[in-house]
Amino acid sequence: MAMKEEIVRKIAILSRINVSDDELDNISRELGSIIDWIELLKEVDTQSVEPMTGGTDIKSFKREDIVNDGGYQEKILKNAPSKNDNLFEVPKVVE
Amino acid sequence: MMSELTRLTISKISKGLKEKKFSSFELVSEYLNEIDKQKELNSFITILEKSALESAKVSDKKIGNGQSGPLEGIPIGVKDLFCTEGIRTTAASNILNNFIPTYESSVTSKLKDAGAIFIGKTNLDEFAMGSSNETSFFGSAVNPWKLNNSDKPLVPGGSSGGSAVAVSANLCTASIGTDTGGSIRQPAAFCGIVGMKPTYGRCSRWGIVAFASSLDQAGPMTRSVEDSAFLLSIISGYDPKDSTSANIEVPDFKSLASSTAKGLRVGIPKEYFSDELDSEVLNLWEKGKEWLKDSGIEIVEISLPHTKYALPAYYIIAPAEASSNLSRYDGARFGLRVDGNSLDEMYSNTRSEGFGKEVKRRIFLGTYALSAGYYDAYYLKAQKVRQLIYNDFLDSFKNVDLILTPTTPGTAFPLGDKISDPISMYLNDIFTVPASLAGLPAISVPCGLHSNGLPLGLQLIGRRWDEGTVFNCANILENSSSFNKNLEL
Amino acid sequence: MSLVIKGSTKEWEVVIGLEVHAQITSKSKLFSGASVNFGADPNSQVSFIDAGMPGMLPVINRVCVEQAIKTGLGLKAKINLKSVFARKNYFYADLPQGYQISQYELPIVGEGVIELDMSDGQTRSIGIERLHLEQDAGKSIHDLHPEKSFIDLNRSGIALMEIVSKPDMRSPEEVGAYLRKLRSILRYLGTCDGNMDEGSMRCDANVSVRPVGSEELRTRCEIKNVNSVKFVMQAIEYEAKRQVDIYETNGEVLQETRLFDQSKVETRPMRSKEFAHDYRYFPDPDLLPLELDQKYVDKIKQNLPELPDEKKSRFISEYNLAEYDAGVLVSENAVADYFEIVTKGRDPKISANWVITNLFSVLNKKGLSIKESPVSALNLGQLIGLIEKNIISGRIAKDVFEIMVEEQKSPEAIVEEKGLRQISDTGSIEAAVEDVISENPDKVKEYKGGKTKLIGWFVGQVMKKTKGKANPGLVNKVLSEKL
Repeated sequence: MAMKEEIVRKIAILSRINVSDDELDNISRELGSIIDWIELLKEVDTQSVEPMTGGTDIKSFKREDIVNDGGYQEKILKNAPSKNDNLFEVPKVVE
Repeated sequence: MMSELTRLTISKISKGLKEKKFSSFELVSEYLNEIDKQKELNSFITILEKSALESAKVSDKKIGNGQSGPLEGIPIGVKDLFCTEGIRTTAASNILNNFIPTYESSVTSKLKDAGAIFIGKTNLDEFAMGSSNETSFFGSAVNPWKLNNSDKPLVPGGSSGGSAVAVSANLCTASIGTDTGGSIRQPAAFCGIVGMKPTYGRCSRWGIVAFASSLDQAGPMTRSVEDSAFLLSIISGYDPKDSTSANIEVPDFKSLASSTAKGLRVGIPKEYFSDELDSEVLNLWEKGKEWLKDSGIEIVEISLPHTKYALPAYYIIAPAEASSNLSRYDGARFGLRVDGNSLDEMYSNTRSEGFGKEVKRRIFLGTYALSAGYYDAYYLKAQKVRQLIYNDFLDSFKNVDLILTPTTPGTAFPLGDKISDPISMYLNDIFTVPASLAGLPAISVPCGLHSNGLPLGLQLIGRRWDEGTVFNCANILENSSSFNKNLEL
Repeated sequence: MSLVIKGSTKEWEVVIGLEVHAQITSKSKLFSGASVNFGADPNSQVSFIDAGMPGMLPVINRVCVEQAIKTGLGLKAKINLKSVFARKNYFYADLPQGYQISQYELPIVGEGVIELDMSDGQTRSIGIERLHLEQDAGKSIHDLHPEKSFIDLNRSGIALMEIVSKPDMRSPEEVGAYLRKLRSILRYLGTCDGNMDEGSMRCDANVSVRPVGSEELRTRCEIKNVNSVKFVMQAIEYEAKRQVDIYETNGEVLQETRLFDQSKVETRPMRSKEFAHDYRYFPDPDLLPLELDQKYVDKIKQNLPELPDEKKSRFISEYNLAEYDAGVLVSENAVADYFEIVTKGRDPKISANWVITNLFSVLNKKGLSIKESPVSALNLGQLIGLIEKNIISGRIAKDVFEIMVEEQKSPEAIVEEKGLRQISDTGSIEAAVEDVISENPDKVKEYKGGKTKLIGWFVGQVMKKTKGKANPGLVNKVLSEKL
């Protein structure tokens, strides 16, 4: 079943990816058919199952609180598409 | 001799370099020559001609001084998903077309420290999302193998397609790839080489452009099991910069690979059988069992009951993580920017032009799976199913030491055949995804040729942190199948 | 202490819950080794991780975790031995990763409580809902260019504790008391410097109103990022009245995020973001669950400093101080420490009085903090000692104190140098008394005739003759004898 167009529009906005009216139909159908296929999961009984988090069972590691990174402004800014006076430049943000 | 150089394994090249039978400079030149001759394979996004030749000179000096590292002077292809300092790193995406990292990934740092020479950055599916290499912004890499009696270009598999092609077509000695749901093993099988995905946490992910963080792992793609074991021992190891990297000892995989396998038990999961399976794949699987039996290994039928849910679960989890991981490509700090009248417009314009179709599809899918009202039904459900899949493996590994399966349901297919049907493309990874979800080590070993003339691989899955046993049995498959002999190596 | 707003139809009360973002005191960021120093050159304290570069991974800072636990314990809250970092996904110019690493379903700290002493002598308990760890965003600069914004990522990745209260506050005064008390606790613990003007403590207020007597929770508005106690109080007062006005005119309050305009003293809606509330939280796959050992938590608990509430009780029981005085002295750890040095071996009430009255008035006048006090605690203690040992009188002490403020000398040195030592030998006091009696026969007559109130006048004369140095008790005694 095709995904509802309003849902596709919503996730397109959430993803910051433009979807033109021409593409909408096709994307709705594609996503819909993938979701239909994924619905297979519904037949699994997972009532008493804890969800897996992450791909490993190792224990968390904590870093010491020392300053050993940063301090390389030029490396941070090197790939910037637009910068000014050591600041990244973007279109005006209105709050 | 010279023309044979490019076909040698790491161990043979190392020996030759030490014995001064040839120099690293000659070797690199040979490979560069080959790369040039086989341009149509499109296996590299960036060829590092100048720096590779310079590094070769340095390596030759070091070898002369007896200061060589374990990979001194060996030309390696690096999947263009590893950030390399000062070398453009694209993830095969338009959005990173102009990105030159100012840092070096942990895995490539280890390779450099070991004396390896980077001959080029290999082609891949965009952001490693794909099973055919066709989603690359730079065009697909092409499988060097051909169907009998046909010149139709075939996919090399993906996402590490370029890395597989480069090794298979003798454009470098070995390469490294990354595997999220089969991205090392599947192209290795399609191109007739050895591809190893280690245990999740074995190799640092620091500096690898992320696709799905809980699944991504780096691994070697090589001509032989021995090379695979050797290369893995070099790129493995704890990295305090990666919270998911394991602080456990890295064994000498190469010596483990050649130890005796007698007495081991290998499981055959009944759920991996299906009527749709190519009969020749089935036959090869049978042969694999026989080879292992002949080496004193016991074959046991096992059950992994949740197998059929692995792929759907994967197609929730991986896109969900990817949708978040790819949010940083917004045109603000690096990579492509397409201007707009507002910040949001700039974001949307940049991402719409920067990402290809499959990447967008997965971002949409992942965004949907995480969004309010759907999270429990999809993402949470998938993570629970993932736990069940892992439990299946844990139960099986109480009785067996390894699991043997085919790597892929079939051989490489012609370019363009499946690209318009996402689900049939996703089904390529049906045998590789379960081990990925469970974080287990798994290897694909080329074990024979299909009657259509294309290579087929068998997959061995091991317990977490038990790559040694995986290599051990892989060695048996390699020796018994004589696949390398077929290649007259 | 509830704020009751009289509408034309009924009376309304305001319901307030606060989310305080407190910057954790640490050397490096929550997930990277970049420095957190304030005021550095733009983008100079940024690691590849903080800039959201491809392939970068977070690693948790041990001290930040410890600081969160400490704070949780200080808020008498439950410490969760397993907590999970989650990604909060949204696009914004100063959010380089496109998500903020925070905690969602399983925060590191659960429910706790803060006790407030209100100025009317009442106490109020405000519930803490949770405390979680999260990263700060960078800074957007909007006022440099008409069409561009500029981004400095120095703050990006700095460790914050978000401390969420229950909707237990009923007036701007309670909010003010809550913020001051929370700040005091954080400073006692050394987990946050509490400097609102440097942005190391920021506050979001959730405000709703309801008819007095009702228990319902109506639609709330969130006022974002207010950066002083005074402004928070003003914003709430304005917002509550705004909502009452809407209900009184049969309108509906919209759930929205609002900004406080300091110059106009009003709140206004933020530009509404589409689907702004779909943050798509999910556990961060780059970070493993944060697991703590109970022994580790217990050890932190054992080493917790004495906190304001406990210190206040101790001051009342140990020093016999009045509730109010004790409250004032413990509001800042440094003040309490100062007081305890001053009063060592001296009368606590006199010591408290000197600190609260004399010292505070000097500090206020000069705009100094206790740590910058021109009079050291040791010297103030010495001064009180001189009074207690009858070496100077209380009146002279005030003069000496003023000199101490200006010259930063010890009170003993000042007394010696200026010859202010109190005259306590009966001989010279008798002489002065006799002089006064012989010089004023008429006053003596009046006194003897029954005008005993004149004794004060006589004391004054004697003090004048001795330049204020005579021991007033002795003067009284000698005078009564001689007259």
